[in-house]
This record gives sequence, C-alpha cells and structure tokens, in this order.
Amino acid sequence: MTSLKLSVQIAWVHLVTKPKQTLIAMLGVTFGIGMFIAMVSMMTGLNDLTESLAMTSSPDIRIYHDVTTERKSIAEELNLNGITKVHHQKPKNESLKVRGAVKIAEQIRKHPLVKGASVLLNSQVFYNYGPVQLNGTIAGVDILEEDKLFDLKSKMKEGQIENLITNQDGILMGTGLAKKLSVRTGDRVVITTPQGFTKTLKIVGLFQMGIGAVDNVKSYANLGMVQTILEKEKSYITDVNVKLYDFKQAKAVAPEFQQAFGYKSEDWETANATMLLGVIIRNILTYSVAITLLIVAGFGIYNILSITIHNKMKDIAILKAMGFAGKDVKQIFMVQSLVIGFFGSLLGLLIGFVLSLLISRAPFDGGDFLSIEYLPVNFSSTYYMIGIVFGIVTTALAGYLPSRKAANIDPIEILRG
Amino acid sequence: MAVLKAHKISKYFYEPEKFQVLKEVDLSVDKGQFLALVGKSGCGKSTLMYVLSTMDTQYNGELEIAGTRLTDKHQNFLAGFRNKHIGFVFQFHYLLPEFTVLQNVMLPALKLGSKSKEEIEAKALEKLNILGMQEHARKMSSKLSGGQQQRVAIARALINDPDIIMGDEPTGNLDTYNSDLVFDIFSELTHTYKQTIIAVTHDESFAKRSDRVVEMSDGKIIHG
Repeated sequence: MTSLKLSVQIAWVHLVTKPKQTLIAMLGVTFGIGMFIAMVSMMTGLNDLTESLAMTSSPDIRIYHDVTTERKSIAEELNLNGITKVHHQKPKNESLKVRGAVKIAEQIRKHPLVKGASVLLNSQVFYNYGPVQLNGTIAGVDILEEDKLFDLKSKMKEGQIENLITNQDGILMGTGLAKKLSVRTGDRVVITTPQGFTKTLKIVGLFQMGIGAVDNVKSYANLGMVQTILEKEKSYITDVNVKLYDFKQAKAVAPEFQQAFGYKSEDWETANATMLLGVIIRNILTYSVAITLLIVAGFGIYNILSITIHNKMKDIAILKAMGFAGKDVKQIFMVQSLVIGFFGSLLGLLIGFVLSLLISRAPFDGGDFLSIEYLPVNFSSTYYMIGIVFGIVTTALAGYLPSRKAANIDPIEILRG
Repeated sequence: MAVLKAHKISKYFYEPEKFQVLKEVDLSVDKGQFLALVGKSGCGKSTLMYVLSTMDTQYNGELEIAGTRLTDKHQNFLAGFRNKHIGFVFQFHYLLPEFTVLQNVMLPALKLGSKSKEEIEAKALEKLNILGMQEHARKMSSKLSGGQQQRVAIARALINDPDIIMGDEPTGNLDTYNSDLVFDIFSELTHTYKQTIIAVTHDESFAKRSDRVVEMSDGKIIHG
C-alpha cells in the first residue's frame, strides 16, 4: 500500500466522520461555482445574442460618403505658407452619392475575403397612415442581392421577398414599424421624402430582424422606385454593403477599402460600438462577481481546515510519533481540501446547469428593443471547464496554508501536554 | 547486546532563559530489558526520553538505536525510522477517535507498507489477542474505557515488531487495576517476547517491578 493511498484513507475518514462540517465547506464552493456558471451562461448568452443581432442587422462593412469628414478649407488651400485655422467648419453642401458605386461593388466582390457586396440607396422618410405620421428610413435595394447578404428570406414574418420584384411600388416593412402604424400586409401607406415628394406604396411583406433599432424604422423597396421618389438619376447610390466570410476581419479590412475607393468605410464593430460596450461591461461584472464568490468560498475552506487542524493537533502528533512524516500529514489535509473542492465544484456545475436551464425557460419580454421570448443562455462547456478548474485551484490554495501548518506541528510540544 | 546507545547527550532550553536540562547523559540499554526512568518533576527524564525517541533533534551528543546512528539525520528519515523501530505508549493513550480499534492498530503497519492489508489485519488481531482486546477489534476506539484504550495503544506500539517500546507515563492516567494490568503486559512482553521497553514513570510500584531503574536528578543519571 502506498503512502498516498493511506493518506487518502485517513483524509476520507476525517471527512465522513464530520459530515456537517464537510458539507458546509463543500456548499461554499458549490454556491460560488454554481453562481459563476449561471451568471456566465446568462451573460454570455445575452452577449452572443447582442453580437449576432448586431451582425445580422448591419453589414460587416458599410461604404458611404461621409459629408461630415474634416476637409481642407479654402483659406488653407490659398494660404499655403502661412498658418491658418478655421474654427467650427460647416459641412460642405455635398451630395451623399457614392460615385461609381456599382463598379466599386464589382471590385470588392473580387477581394478574397469578401462573401458578397450590394449597393443600396438609403433615405429618411415620413410614413403616413391615416392620421399617424412616423419618421423612418427606406432602403432602395436589389432585393435578391440583399437576401444573399442578410438572409432576408428567413427574417420574413409575412409575405415573400419576391413580391417586391413583381410589385414595383411595393415595400417590405419592419414589424415594429408596421405595428406602430397599425398596418398589415396589403395596406397602402403614404411616404413623404425630405424634399416633399409623396408616394403611396403597398405593403407586400413584413420582416423582423429581432432588433428594435431596425424593425421599428426600416423598410425595403426597389432601388429604382426610391431613386424616383428622391428625384435622383439611375446611378444615385448612397451605400455599398459588404459581407465577409469571417466577420471578425471587418476591422482589419475596412481601412483597405477606404484607402482604395476614397469613401468612408465603416466596420460593424464601430457601427455598433454602444451595443458592444454593453458586452464588455457585462463581462467585467460577471467575472468580478464570480471571482469574489469563489474567493469567499476559498476563505471558508481555509477557515474550516484551520479549525479541523487545530482540533486534530493530538492526532497529528500521534501520527508523527508513529512514523508519519510532515509531508504525509500535509498530504492528509491537502486531500481533504481537494476532495471538498472537487465534489463542491462538481455539485456547483450541476446547480449552475439547473439554474441556467431554469433561466432559459423563464419567459422574458425583450420589449421594443429585442424580439426575444426567453432569456438567451449559453450552455458552452468552456465555462464548465473554467468553473471546475477554478474551483479546484482555489480550494487547493485555501487548503495549502493550513496543511503546511499541520506538517510543521512539533509533536513533542503536544505530547508533553 | 545494547539496542540503544546514548553518549554525552546534552540539551538546553532557551525559554524563558537558558537552562541546561540534560548534562552529558550516557545510557546503554540491552535487548529485552525493561527499564524504568524515574526522578522528580523537572529532572529531565521526559526530555531524555524524547531525545531517545528521535522526535527531539535539538541536542548535542550521539544517539544510536539498533546499530543505526540517528544524530543529525533528516526529519523524514527519523519518521521512517520511528515507524519501523520504535513503538510509543503515552499517558493519554492517544488513539485516533474516528477509527476503529483494529484500524488504529493497523495504521503504523499500513504506513510501513511492507505487508499486504490482509497480513496486517491478521497480525493486528494477533497483537490485540495478546492484550486481551480482540473482541473489541471492530468497535470505535472512542467507545472504550481508559484502560482498554491503553491496551489498544500497546497493541499499536507492537504492530511493527519494534526494537524498543517507549512509554511516557504509560500508567499515569490509570487506576491500580489497570496499572497492574499494563505492568503485567509489559513484563510478559519483556520475558516472553524479549521486547525492550523504556518507560518514564512516577509510579514507584511500577518502577520497583521493572528490571532496571534509572534515576535522574538535575539532568544527570544518579543511579542505574
């Protein structure tokens, strides 16, 4: 029989003869790990949802003409040798048109990282239905190209995207906007452009991206029709949308396009910065709370082992007299803390899983902002791995100091009485 | 033949002030001897026994047990040595309360690890039988009376067939009946099994009946 096996047996007897104490120490770890799992699962679930919504509702890269970009003033251009400063520059009255947009899109499609590119025309409009008047946007698109990028077919709640092709004066409306206007498929709405042009359009379908910022304001229409109501020429395009094979490379690729075409090129992370900031803050919160819980559990274990060792001074002395070395005694108490840590963590994972399951079944109304019925929960095994590793490491650390104390106890001091 | 040889053992206490508790003590113990170490409180007899037991390593001089020089050896080596060569019986019996009688007796042998669990169990039962405790083997050790616990402690001390059994006031906490019992056991062990025993004691009747009485005073052996 090896020395370790004997240490494990003695440790085991210690644990089972004081079941209440063992259980309390274990529950400390269980609670810490369980809450960690539940919190991380919920937070990352929410983060993943936010990220995927940000992804589906906006292109990986959007190329447009940014009229607010800083430009050289005339004074600077004329006074080359002097020092000129123009304060509070007013944006130049420029057209939002992206020149040669179709050619740009063609070139972008040849890029090896690009999955697809489409051109569109975005404009602010008023939607009127009876007395209701709402501010929103309209996007003139080639609906089939748009579908390739955003998988619109799967987002349709009523009607089909092909209806737009057969019906030149049709529009596909966001569900949120339709609800606000209280219109249904087949109804006719009147739209008014900022220039005062008015046109009656027929709703041929409703889509839902799942994110209020889009569904509550946006409609799709045919490119040619939007060009007509804005009284613009056939080449008038305001945006080129780009989808990459790997959306994570958007930030790296975007400046490349800006350089090549001379138009503002914005990646999805920049466009959804506020939304993604929430992700970062939630992560910080989750991890700080989880780590605090585990540290508290660690102190609990330290405390209970310290008391155990204090109560077992005589036993430790007798073990040492009988020929157990300091390291054997240390082993006995390390085994105890590791058993507490392992089973406590394991139970914690189970409780964390059950909690996550309950959370994922809890009805939750995302309101206008997010269209979800239940809280999103991430069941990724990564967090369960982190949980058990962290649980065992904390308990090992919490057990080490008291164990070392036990190893260094001088038996004579105790045996002399 | 001497199983234990101590040469010029000196030891100091530094708290509360420097004090020489052992003054160049020489002692030689023969195999099969039942030795009682007596003296007044504070004469250094317990301190000497703990030096002889290898648990106290803070001393000057030379110590040899069963032909092995033990001075200046590492703690872990000494722990292993105690396990194999020395058995202990203390005043307050010191059984591990969470374990059964049998488990308590088996522990030092399991630690030594030179036999299978079955062999150790058979041997532990044999030792318990010598001490008349076999019927209590499966009981929790905390359920026994003081005298019974002390007999189990003796069985535990015997499990690895040690060269020496050391006792620190082994009868100090027992009534006359149990004291006599423990003494009879010690006598039988020395005479029947040639077991060497060194016991520190206050008990005069206990000392009188041993083979050899070593009396100490002021850190020196004054008799024996």
